[in-house]
Amino acid sequence: MNVCTFDVWRGKPLDEVLYECRELLEDTTFPTVRRWRESGGKVIGHFQVYFPEEIVHAAGILPFKVRGAPIEAVQADSRFGSYLCSILKSSLELALSKRVELDMFVTHPICDAARNLGAVWGRNFSYPCQILYLPQNANSPAAVTYLRNEYERLQRSVEAIAGRPVTVDDLRRSLAVYNRNRSLLRDLYAIKRDTPWLVSADEAYVLVAIGGLIPREEHNELLEAVMPQIAARPNKKQDKIRLVFEGGFCEQPPLDLIRAIARSCYVVDDDLLIGLRWILEDVPLDGDPLFNLASAYLEKSSYSPVQHDLRKPKEKMLLERIRNSRAEAAILTAAKMCEPGLEEQVAYLHALDKAGIPYFISEFEEKMTTFEHMEIQIETFVENILFT
Amino acid sequence: MSDGQQENGIVGRGNREGADLFRQWFSELNNTAETGGQAAYVFVMGSMCEILRTFSLPVVFPEINSLQTAVRRVAHEYLNQAEDFGYSPDICGYVKADVAVQLRGGQHPMGRIPKPSIAVLTNACNTYIKWAEIWERMYNIPIFTLDVPGTRAAGTQTWKGDPDFENDRRYVQAQITELIALCERVTGIKFDIDRLREVMGYANEMSRGWKQVLEFNKSRPALFNALTDGTIYLGVANGLRGAPQGGRFFANLVEEMAYKAAHGIGTVTDEKYRLTFIGVPCYPIFRKFNELFTEWGGAFVHSTYLWFASGGANVGFEYDLARPLESLAEGILISVRDAMDSMFYQDRAIIEMVDSFHLDGVVYHPVKSCRTTSTGMADNRRSVMASRDIASLFIESDMMDRRVVSEAQLKNRIDAFFEGLASRKQQELAAH
Repeated sequence: MNVCTFDVWRGKPLDEVLYECRELLEDTTFPTVRRWRESGGKVIGHFQVYFPEEIVHAAGILPFKVRGAPIEAVQADSRFGSYLCSILKSSLELALSKRVELDMFVTHPICDAARNLGAVWGRNFSYPCQILYLPQNANSPAAVTYLRNEYERLQRSVEAIAGRPVTVDDLRRSLAVYNRNRSLLRDLYAIKRDTPWLVSADEAYVLVAIGGLIPREEHNELLEAVMPQIAARPNKKQDKIRLVFEGGFCEQPPLDLIRAIARSCYVVDDDLLIGLRWILEDVPLDGDPLFNLASAYLEKSSYSPVQHDLRKPKEKMLLERIRNSRAEAAILTAAKMCEPGLEEQVAYLHALDKAGIPYFISEFEEKMTTFEHMEIQIETFVENILFT
Repeated sequence: MSDGQQENGIVGRGNREGADLFRQWFSELNNTAETGGQAAYVFVMGSMCEILRTFSLPVVFPEINSLQTAVRRVAHEYLNQAEDFGYSPDICGYVKADVAVQLRGGQHPMGRIPKPSIAVLTNACNTYIKWAEIWERMYNIPIFTLDVPGTRAAGTQTWKGDPDFENDRRYVQAQITELIALCERVTGIKFDIDRLREVMGYANEMSRGWKQVLEFNKSRPALFNALTDGTIYLGVANGLRGAPQGGRFFANLVEEMAYKAAHGIGTVTDEKYRLTFIGVPCYPIFRKFNELFTEWGGAFVHSTYLWFASGGANVGFEYDLARPLESLAEGILISVRDAMDSMFYQDRAIIEMVDSFHLDGVVYHPVKSCRTTSTGMADNRRSVMASRDIASLFIESDMMDRRVVSEAQLKNRIDAFFEGLASRKQQELAAH
């Protein structure tokens, strides 16, 4: 489909582009998804963390990253128990309240709570809702072939929604679009890492996050337009410490919280929306696209508390992230009630203690509205590092 | 033999034998710990005892160790120790109790728990994975995740011959082969397929018996309490899966149930209400929790706990010993998938059980500790309520943490539930 869902940024200077992106990201009516549907397009929602969007994109359907929202779970609350993270409830609320209308929903067994989401969603909506079983034994030589075939199964479901088959060439075209997108995001993160005074943590976050709301071609165009402008900013380096933010792999912290952190320090790397940046290299275009995509998920990928891979102990990966980004400290966060995040915090803090790297531990919730207390705590943490 | 003598011998035999076997099992684990022998840490959903017993590895179920601390009313000591170590109050209590057991060098109210030489887990519960990563860090042992793909959407289970099923089965079988190679490395014992056949034969006896036992409770009155007696049977079903004693226990239990059914011997003197229990029991006040129901004449005739916590043994899958590895993969896939379905899609099964088990009510017990079983429970309940006119109770507490268990509040809710049930019965009688 040839629909432009987000064009208000065109022809504007960088600060206004960033403003428009921020407005879009914080709009809980999801206007880009609505515009796509109004033009006759179909939408497949997929829950955090990673999803092979290329398969949906190849069918001409908009993949929409379901990642909750800072809204009250008015209807969704009655569908769940008490001790749960916010993202689960707010994601379902988006659909129940018709803020977002989907043609299909896919979730993954990333955690004990999210794996229930497919069943809950399926009982509440008549459109297809399913679980994509990404392999949890990443170390089995059989995992790639299994995943390739699981992707083929998913592809059949997607084709049923699209009403047309997805060809190998369709998939290759989509892989190319997403390869370009991943390359641009890597460039953006390189700026964050090497010259963090040119792009703040919240600005970079906004630019990444809207990728889950618009067609990837549009996202590529936007990034291609703003990256040279960011690189050309006359900003001067400030005396801020460099740190890594860890804990944003699923539920997202409020933008204002990221902004508050950015006021005190340079966030030179993070795991915010890691699913959009999961695959670290280009996926080869020759050969079997589904196999290549499956192989990339397992072999050329980042890490998160919800993927088990013996080759990637999370604390070792965090230390690498800190080292590679030349960070001096870390913020270890977890969404409230996020079991994998909270469990991983223990391993992280023991590893950082051992390595002598200072860290700040906290919890957040997507619906948080006051940040003063945390901002003061972070400022104190940063000052302790600067003046000790 | 007179009926009285026979009754003395048979009735209650399952509970006595089950408790004895359970104590023996723990005693053997204690000996293993004291002698520094090898042990495998496993979980109730997909324990892979069939493979591990082939290599003569004693199996340790940390979930069972943890719940025993709650039953023995010392869980808080263990939870506090793990929280002091850094674990959040908002994560699984089983994990925390086990962390404390490990920090104490295996000290446990039932004896000493051996250190793991290997940990084997499935993805049936994601916390299994995070939990095993803790042991990996503590002991630098090999951990093996047997990834068992579950049902993709309600009612879409695939079966043998379907390409999607075969993709899953091949994946599971390949992993089983990898697990065997790992066990050979860890134990230094060469894999013996005939020994595997023997172990699988015992597991078959157990699965056959477990399925029959569960079916027996359609009897009126109920022959066993699914919450209390059922938990004893579960202990054997898990700890002695693939052992000759385990198979024999369930053959005897079937005999006991047949006897009780033939003689109309139930669990409570006056069974007034037949209930099913959804979730994990409230172990910190286990006996009292049960009494809050039985004192009203409530009988738990079934529980989803007996499905998922037996790793899906309730489906009664029997292995084909002529093709052991392929059949093991098939059985693990079908059984563990069913265990997951019992937690995520249990509404369908409950709706079917209302008539076959003559249910009067459904008791949902979400717990803070376990999101796997608790997250979708409210929505499952909505689905059951929309489909059947049956009373239901939704009470939240915990399986480990007494700080989250309010006995007075539970009693108020449970009393009100039974008053509602009584009123329903009266209305039904009046209508007829």
